Amino acid sequence: MMYLKSSYSIRDKYLRRDMLPTIFCPGCGIGSVLQFTLRAIDDLGLSQDEIVWVSGIGCSSRVPGYVNFDGLHTTHGRALAFATGIKLANPDLKIIAFMGDGDSAAIGGNHLIHAIRRNLDVTAIIINNFTYGMTGGQVAPTTLKGLRGTTAPYGQFENPFDIAQLAVTAGANYAARWTVFNYLQGINSIKKALQKEGFTLVEFLSPCPVSFGRRNRMKTAPELIRWYQKITVPLAKAKKMKPEELEGKVVIGEFADRDRPGLVREYREYIKRAKKMMGWEQ
Amino acid sequence: MRYPFPVGRSDFIQGDEAVARAAILAGCRFYAGYPITPASEIFEAMALYMPLVDGVSIQMEDEIGSIAAVIGASWAGAKAMTATSGPGFSLMQENLGYAVMTETPIVVVNMMRGGPSTGQPTFPAQGDLMQAIWGTHGDHMLIVLSPSTVQEAFDLTIRAFNLAEKYRTPVVILGDAELAHMRERVYIPNPDEIEVVERKLPANEDEAKLPFGDPHGDGVPPMPIFGRGYRTYVTGLTHDESGHPRTVEPEVQQKLIGRIFRKILDHKDEIISYETFELDDAEIAIVSTGIVSRSAIRAVKMLRERGVRAGLLKLSTVWPFDFEVIEELAEQVRKIYVPEMNLGQLYHLVREGANGKAEVELIAKIGGEVHTPMEIMERVVG
Repeated sequence: MMYLKSSYSIRDKYLRRDMLPTIFCPGCGIGSVLQFTLRAIDDLGLSQDEIVWVSGIGCSSRVPGYVNFDGLHTTHGRALAFATGIKLANPDLKIIAFMGDGDSAAIGGNHLIHAIRRNLDVTAIIINNFTYGMTGGQVAPTTLKGLRGTTAPYGQFENPFDIAQLAVTAGANYAARWTVFNYLQGINSIKKALQKEGFTLVEFLSPCPVSFGRRNRMKTAPELIRWYQKITVPLAKAKKMKPEELEGKVVIGEFADRDRPGLVREYREYIKRAKKMMGWEQ
Repeated sequence: MRYPFPVGRSDFIQGDEAVARAAILAGCRFYAGYPITPASEIFEAMALYMPLVDGVSIQMEDEIGSIAAVIGASWAGAKAMTATSGPGFSLMQENLGYAVMTETPIVVVNMMRGGPSTGQPTFPAQGDLMQAIWGTHGDHMLIVLSPSTVQEAFDLTIRAFNLAEKYRTPVVILGDAELAHMRERVYIPNPDEIEVVERKLPANEDEAKLPFGDPHGDGVPPMPIFGRGYRTYVTGLTHDESGHPRTVEPEVQQKLIGRIFRKILDHKDEIISYETFELDDAEIAIVSTGIVSRSAIRAVKMLRERGVRAGLLKLSTVWPFDFEVIEELAEQVRKIYVPEMNLGQLYHLVREGANGKAEVELIAKIGGEVHTPMEIMERVVG
């Protein structure tokens, strides 16, 4: 029922009116993912004063500026490293890291891997639009082979990263991937992610018609959404497919849902162990 | 409160260890680092002590992540520090600028070693002096302190935290490999003997709404830290007083950067500290900072024994730089010598300060050995 709340009421409750309009281009998917995230927060009844939004640099990273929460808009790729400090210094705060694919998987790739390895208690929302939107459509580490960007004008020749699978392998407690078209699954995944301890990640394939679609014969968001429908395969179906059939496809669904102890809990135990070992406490 | 090391008495410890103990006594409860010679012992001491005082010590994946975590922790309300040496300090430069721009109190220790690049990991140098001042891009202002003894490493670390908190700014401590690993007698005071400064928090809603304003007229805005319901937005983009990005209005950038300079420079008399030795009647002055000052003191004594009226100005604060004190000195003395463990960095600042009123001569030395007193003396007597 909560999903039926009007977008206006979500906007009025959570956005900083004085920061609008956003910088996002027509057809951009970031606003949709922002809406999913705010609806998840609203549905869970989380307090605006106990959540900190952290981001790096790029279109997606401008989001913390539009929401009426504490927010740290940091340097390119470093959101999760900043988040590590915030979370460990004040574990009562819940942290949402809102990042793009270039920000999280290229320049921030090392921080992503290690934040997940530590099982840092953070929910990462990753906008994957296969491109560097803000700087004008360069290829990203997620760009599928053959797709064009201004720095690979003849088509990407490198292999792409699979961010959600990377999260599974590095040890995330929760990892899912959807497209912005998967409205309900997206909100539900974010809700799950926000309720779990440890590292949780929800990746969204999100249209960037202006910087990405335009260079790949998909000038509008609907064209990109239709393309997503063509290239995505639900996890259950993918399990029955051969590797060669999955070539060039992107699997969507929930890839990990487990409950390993998060970094905060591990560090609290570590403090107890230290005091015991030094004979300060029994 | 129980401390994991003895307080109220002297101890015989390394410079690195002194920095760690001072940080804890200054209230530091968050440390993030990455191993590097010769600063690793700071991290190892923090790793040992922090859990015992309910603080955090965490090994990050690199120095970029270390300083990032430290800035994050500061916005979550903790006093926070990281320590490194040349290669790591280079990696930290971007986020050091972020700390300047977002006015985040943090302490960054650089135990200098020979460079550039990997250079001489175990040998001291003073080659990062200009980098500490100007390493990050763009116009910026921060504070750089430089100790010459293990006791000073302790005292200046406490001072670094106090200055960082008071002026909402990053503070860099420039030590070196010699000081980092040298053991000396240090007095570790009782907590009640130490003056500890805490950052200004917003006194009311109006102040909290202007995290980058100047409600008190001192250029230092109260810091609305996270989790208190202030809903603060912090960005490295040029921002107005409320924190909103305003990147295309020249006057917003002028006002913001102007205030960041002003909040330090208007208080430079309080921030700058130096010591003088035999300077009252001197006609020859030595100006030095850090580890070289130890040889310089001895050189002054040796020169005095030979009838040369020499004196020393030992700078504990490298930046902001006291150009006026140097000019006054230049009016008094015939010649100023600047011994430093690089090919000329402090020298340029001193020459600017002297303003042509006295000759300034560089006594440069690289390679990883501190100047001997004899080397300094011989240059002075010719």
